[in-house]
Amino acid sequence: MNTLPPPSSSNRREGPPADAVSILRPPSPPIRRARHRTVLPGFGISAAITSLMIVALVVFPLAVLILRAASLGPAGFLAAAWTPRARAAYAVSLGSSLTAAIISSLLGLLVAWVLVRLEFPGRRILDALVDVPLALPTAVAGLVYSTLYVEKGWLGQWLVPVGIKGAYSLLGIVLVLVFVSLPFAIRVVQPVIESLDKDTEEAARLLGASKSQTFFRVVLPGILPAVVTGFALALARALGEYGSVVFISGNMPFKTEIAPVLIVSRLEEFAYAEATAIAVVLLGMSLSMLVVVNVLQQRLVRNAQ
Amino acid sequence: MTSKPRDAATATSPLGLLLITGAVATVGLLIVAPLASVFVDAFSNGPQAWWEALAHDPDTRHAIWLSLTVAPIAVLINTIFGVAAAWLVARFRFPGRSLLVSLFDVPFSVSPVVAGLALVLIFGRQGLLGPTLAGLAVKVIFAWPGLVLATTFVTLPLVVRELIPVMEAIGPEEEMAAVSLGANGWQVFWRVTLPNIRWALLHGVVLANARAMGEFGAVYVVSGHIAGATDTMPLRVEKLFQEYRTPASMAVASVLAALALLTLVAKVFIERQLETESQELEAARAPGADTDPTTGGLGP
Amino acid sequence: MSIRVDGVSKSFGTFKALDNVSLDVPQGTLLALLGPSGSGKTTLLRIIAGLEWPDSGRIEEDGTDITDRHARQREVGFVFQHYALFRHMSVFENVAFGMRVRKAPQAEVKARVDELLHLVRLDNLGARKPAQLSGGQRQRVALARALAIRPRILLLDEPFGALDAKVRVELRQWLRRLHDEIGMTTVFVTHDQEEAFELADDVVVMNEGHVEQRGKPEEVFDKPATPFVMDFLGNVNVYHGRVENGRAFWHGVPIDYPDYPHAQAREARVYLRPHELDIARALSGGTSESHAGTSLVATVLRQTRTGPITRITCQPRQGGSDLHVDLPSAAARELGLQPGDSVSITPRHVRVFLPDPEYVI
Repeated sequence: MNTLPPPSSSNRREGPPADAVSILRPPSPPIRRARHRTVLPGFGISAAITSLMIVALVVFPLAVLILRAASLGPAGFLAAAWTPRARAAYAVSLGSSLTAAIISSLLGLLVAWVLVRLEFPGRRILDALVDVPLALPTAVAGLVYSTLYVEKGWLGQWLVPVGIKGAYSLLGIVLVLVFVSLPFAIRVVQPVIESLDKDTEEAARLLGASKSQTFFRVVLPGILPAVVTGFALALARALGEYGSVVFISGNMPFKTEIAPVLIVSRLEEFAYAEATAIAVVLLGMSLSMLVVVNVLQQRLVRNAQ
Repeated sequence: MTSKPRDAATATSPLGLLLITGAVATVGLLIVAPLASVFVDAFSNGPQAWWEALAHDPDTRHAIWLSLTVAPIAVLINTIFGVAAAWLVARFRFPGRSLLVSLFDVPFSVSPVVAGLALVLIFGRQGLLGPTLAGLAVKVIFAWPGLVLATTFVTLPLVVRELIPVMEAIGPEEEMAAVSLGANGWQVFWRVTLPNIRWALLHGVVLANARAMGEFGAVYVVSGHIAGATDTMPLRVEKLFQEYRTPASMAVASVLAALALLTLVAKVFIERQLETESQELEAARAPGADTDPTTGGLGP
Repeated sequence: MSIRVDGVSKSFGTFKALDNVSLDVPQGTLLALLGPSGSGKTTLLRIIAGLEWPDSGRIEEDGTDITDRHARQREVGFVFQHYALFRHMSVFENVAFGMRVRKAPQAEVKARVDELLHLVRLDNLGARKPAQLSGGQRQRVALARALAIRPRILLLDEPFGALDAKVRVELRQWLRRLHDEIGMTTVFVTHDQEEAFELADDVVVMNEGHVEQRGKPEEVFDKPATPFVMDFLGNVNVYHGRVENGRAFWHGVPIDYPDYPHAQAREARVYLRPHELDIARALSGGTSESHAGTSLVATVLRQTRTGPITRITCQPRQGGSDLHVDLPSAAARELGLQPGDSVSITPRHVRVFLPDPEYVI
């Protein structure tokens, strides 16, 4: 058995040799008397930058928005936020977002399943393509969808005569919202499917379950939390969407006007109070979605452990 | 990003084929077809017309220039913020930490229009700071500072959300080691932390840049939509569309779409590096296998 | 450099990691902090290094109070449990790091790093990255890196914990020789008593945030100061008995115990090491006596052989928990015991602790 050589005797010394002291003295400054609370450096500066940015860019603007709306007083607020046109806008927003989120979740489950469980040529490309809506500007998406589905568009020329109006309609809004929210639904479910234990499925098959029985009774309960989280994320994304909808919906009040479009419209007419009030309602919806998503994601993490 | 599927079934069963068809149709109809049509429509009148639409229209030229300045500035600000915030959150414990982390996510869930409106309420002529700014002859709304602010807001979470998990996974031990060896704050950051987070940082920057260049809603509200002055590329696309100049609109859109594809390519490449690094991390965590034959002497 | 720890306490939230710990580490000592998980040994090491701040107490270095001194300036060489090598730097740059942050000239850096790589026998691996090294190699890089800054004290946190047994033994011996050559004050943390005993000049046994005992390895093993130390070091059989008049009674077997000469009988815990028990066939087969003179009568349950030692597990005739007797396998073979045989067990040495209500086995 070979062993290490004994430590070189040239290193024998009582302490650091005099000639090396000047170079290897600990870096200045001299001993500080103050008790530091952290061993790792940078607490002060990172805390300063972070809090400055968060307060200035997130907390302060939203606070101003909420306070401005609050200054209307309860009656004023209600009058501004609950006009018939606003109510229609909320309905369009919520309705189309919910529909889109449901469609996204279902399609997302399909695509995620196929990406994880099935092998076929071009799988990697398909996987990369899923991220396109995340990278593509929403305005481009809106532009393209509307040109596609308009009467003279590639798809519109066949669909419109059949009665499927993709542009300037609620259908168009839903289509475009599915486009922007699909990646969210897919990417949340995908890792969960990847980490499924196939043994349980095999056990079910051995016990006599058919493929669909196995899926619905064994697999689905396992991935359901992820699917629900994906739904919530898709919904949150869809609620806030503006750029793409503006192109395709026609923005007709009471029919295809979503809340963000109404806000901009009021703003352009200098009706700040109304715009602010509606914005606060929308903000409330968004923030509650954020809370719901956070709770769901924590539950998802806990289930995985 | 997905790694090779374990036990992936081959696609020969009829159900499998059906599912694949469904998935491909979904992605094809919803994503590929629209994307392809951008390029087809943009070049439908030939490359000459495409180039003219971009280069010969001063307002369009300005929009391109504006996008190429506003987006990088916003990304730079958010990179600095992201690094500082990730360092703070991943390396220290303090009261209010979880609240802070949840605040990072707010720009994700707030509609960009709402964000833009909030900025108008502060910096607009009738806003909180309106009179002050007017006195200083500083224009934020309807001018490029407003664009930067709006873009920074919507891209705020992107870098920090990338960095925090990576920094938490790596752990503070290397930085502690550097401190015990005598390194000061900047030396720890530059020599130890930055090399460890470089791919995650790049990933965040790439995503943030894509988002920044594509931002529409917040910028729309804040810009006043003044062609030739405050229109970024997405706004230019919309303006051209409203003016029924669809081919020109498509031309600008095609540039944005090409940028999106570049982003995706970069993203895939970076994710591959990240995957390799995370595998190395796993291997390093496992007890070292002492079977290296190359050293002679002591086995390991 | 000598270190003095004076009344140091540290809590993490509600968990008290260190409770008023004091310790002297003279110059040139190789000291082991030995104890189970949660005993506070790593926390103490990190406080000495400056990687944690004590809630109260002082640290002195050669008489100077360094409690408020930041880790950067303590001239400490710290070897982390999982090495904490800079993963994106080569081995050379890892070892050179301490010198680089001090802006040492390149020639000096190269000379010193080469010297250290030779010292740890990793001469040709300077260009490798940590991911390409085995555990033992990484450990040696970590050591070289810590030594590069010519620290005045070397601190090692479970340095060999993650390595294979064979590598561990070799590195242990090598570290001892290194220490003998350089004479640097060294403190290391371990939960492996074999490691502590083999390496250290002095052993400090810790438990639940305080020091149970400090002394040379033999001292601590042969003369444990507390039940915890006795139990933690080596194997032990524990029984309830009593002391009275200079004798301890274990299952009725009287053993001389001059430390308790009083007439007042008291309950006590009797500790017997398995290798300090003699075992022989019972003289009278089938006896119903539970003890004969100074021996306990028991029945063999089973024998287990682990290499050179055989452990015979017996059931005392009068009942009670099983008793383990360790003896060399050759002797066990000679005895030729079978399960069910009657044996008499005589303690050669016994330790008695009067009951400590806080220490429950």
